[in-house]
Amino acid sequence: MKFYYFGLMPYGPLDLDYDKKYSSASLVLPNSYFNPKEGNKLYRRYLDELELADTLGYDGVCVNEHHQTAYGLMPSPGVIAGALARTTTQAKIAVLGRALPLVNNPLTIAEEYAMIDNISGGRLISGFVRGIGVEYHATGVNPAFSLERFHEAHDLIIEAWTKTGPFPFEGDHYHFEYVNTWPRPFQQPHPPVWIPSQGSEETIRWASEPTRKYVYLNTYSPFEAVSTFFQMYRDIAENEWNYEASGEQLGWAVPIYVGETDEIAHKEAKPHIEAFYNKFLRMTNQMLLPPGYTTLTSMKKIAEAKREMLSGGREMSRLMDNRMFICGSPNTVQEILGECHDQVGLEHIVCTLQFGTLPHELTVKNLELFSKEVMPQLR
Amino acid sequence: MATQDNHQLEIYDSMVQIFRRGSGQTLLLLHGAGGSANLKKLAAKLAEDYDVLLPDHPGFGLSEQSKRLSSVSDLAFYYLDFIQELGLKDVHLVGLSMGGWIAAEMAIRSTAKVKSITLVSSAGIHVKGVPKGDLFLWSPEELVRNLYVNQDVVDDVLSQEPTSEELEFMVKNRVAAARYAWHPRFYNPDLEKWLHRIDIPTLIIWGDQDKIFPVEYASAFKNLIPHAQTQILKDCGHVPHMDQPEAFYHRLKSFLSETNS
Repeated sequence: MKFYYFGLMPYGPLDLDYDKKYSSASLVLPNSYFNPKEGNKLYRRYLDELELADTLGYDGVCVNEHHQTAYGLMPSPGVIAGALARTTTQAKIAVLGRALPLVNNPLTIAEEYAMIDNISGGRLISGFVRGIGVEYHATGVNPAFSLERFHEAHDLIIEAWTKTGPFPFEGDHYHFEYVNTWPRPFQQPHPPVWIPSQGSEETIRWASEPTRKYVYLNTYSPFEAVSTFFQMYRDIAENEWNYEASGEQLGWAVPIYVGETDEIAHKEAKPHIEAFYNKFLRMTNQMLLPPGYTTLTSMKKIAEAKREMLSGGREMSRLMDNRMFICGSPNTVQEILGECHDQVGLEHIVCTLQFGTLPHELTVKNLELFSKEVMPQLR
Repeated sequence: MATQDNHQLEIYDSMVQIFRRGSGQTLLLLHGAGGSANLKKLAAKLAEDYDVLLPDHPGFGLSEQSKRLSSVSDLAFYYLDFIQELGLKDVHLVGLSMGGWIAAEMAIRSTAKVKSITLVSSAGIHVKGVPKGDLFLWSPEELVRNLYVNQDVVDDVLSQEPTSEELEFMVKNRVAAARYAWHPRFYNPDLEKWLHRIDIPTLIIWGDQDKIFPVEYASAFKNLIPHAQTQILKDCGHVPHMDQPEAFYHRLKSFLSETNS
């Protein structure tokens, strides 16, 4: 198994009572809640933690893209990845990922990724995502064309990396007379591609297609769902594409906290993981699922259920029961991850070892305990 | 669903559902982003005097989504072809909200087959500095409370449990509305340049308490179509035929009658 350190870079000092006045920490929460002095400290701290992960021997360090939100301060993940390309030495740098449909010129992403790949000497993992629903409100991009734009932007980027330019690209959403990307990526034919997703059959079919065989990274779902989606990947690979998918094509992003004992771990993590799921990720269904972002069938199901998907009220014990959070002594965490590995044969674990309000000292402890007392047993 | 009043027609590559009733001059009723359901009553009433056609726009209700249609400009050409296809002439266009936008886009292209145009709480233009409501961000309940001013209507709508089919249409309508109008949000920056081309009798009807397109939008349309009549309804929100059905019907009816004199 391989282990990647990830944190969303939340605005930790957020006034958690914000939800008495606002329905979400995204889109509608005024940016007056952000104090730039804290911002400066936070970015430095989060970079230190990512660099520590490199020193501790994690296989990768991860960043990602989110807009107009307190839960993730990386609207431009290339800035952080660029810094890491210079300050880290061995870890892969995974951008999980850039939101392709949200930009009007995906070539800027091809260029940015190629730069990071060159600077880091070929350590880039290129993640492609559609962006979460609320970002279609934030950018004005039409969610009804999100999937089409995603596929087209992807094709454009891969061609920009692999075909000799200049050449024209003639899409419905993106059309360029001259595609001739400098620099070319360091890794040839192109950096590995990961597809972070909450999971859908269409995404899995597309990612598993034999010319792609991309890593499907499930993010923050209950393990039962993760396991269903992994099986779907294997089944589609076998039945539709006639090959056997390997565990190298499967990844899982999950928040993890390791303490000296189960009791200490639970006590230390509880307020921070609950803040993460209940306060930072909180949003309304209308934000999360703008029309056209998902299929009609799933939109109807959600309308029928009349349930707010991310309205808070999740308790740590429930999050642990369905493995949306893994927490305990090194032994406990190692057993759970080992069990998950045996059950679904996944090879990539994106460990969210900083979440919500978890402070620096506990993040460092978590990073160290995990790398020294959990990772070696699972390799 | 083909019954006496319900018809299906294939245009281009897809099926469109049309409610059609009555006889007399033709009235093409163009629904808004919420779909045709709440217009059935108005359509039936108008059918006492007119040959009323109320289609579900492509992608809405029972109509299929044609892949070639992705903007309201496309819908304008689509409905001009629709008029041609059905051999209609001297058509009274009555468009509500997004339907008003479609009607306006049709009329700047051609009024050859159009006798009059009525814009009710119409989308299509943008007035700088006048914030619009965001129906894509409101919860279902907020939407109802923001759409209607008449508390009886609010209570009535909120007390109704949608059937599975209605829920499906609601979802489908939202997706179709987003497809045509998500960005720029419910307007076409080019439309206002050409509204002066509208050379037929025009009525602008607005609620004084419209929370989607505030009443300033009525004045803006009036400035762009100087010969238009304007009627502002009191104690009325975005959906006049629900909030003030009688006042609305009366104004619409007398305008349509005038166009014959």
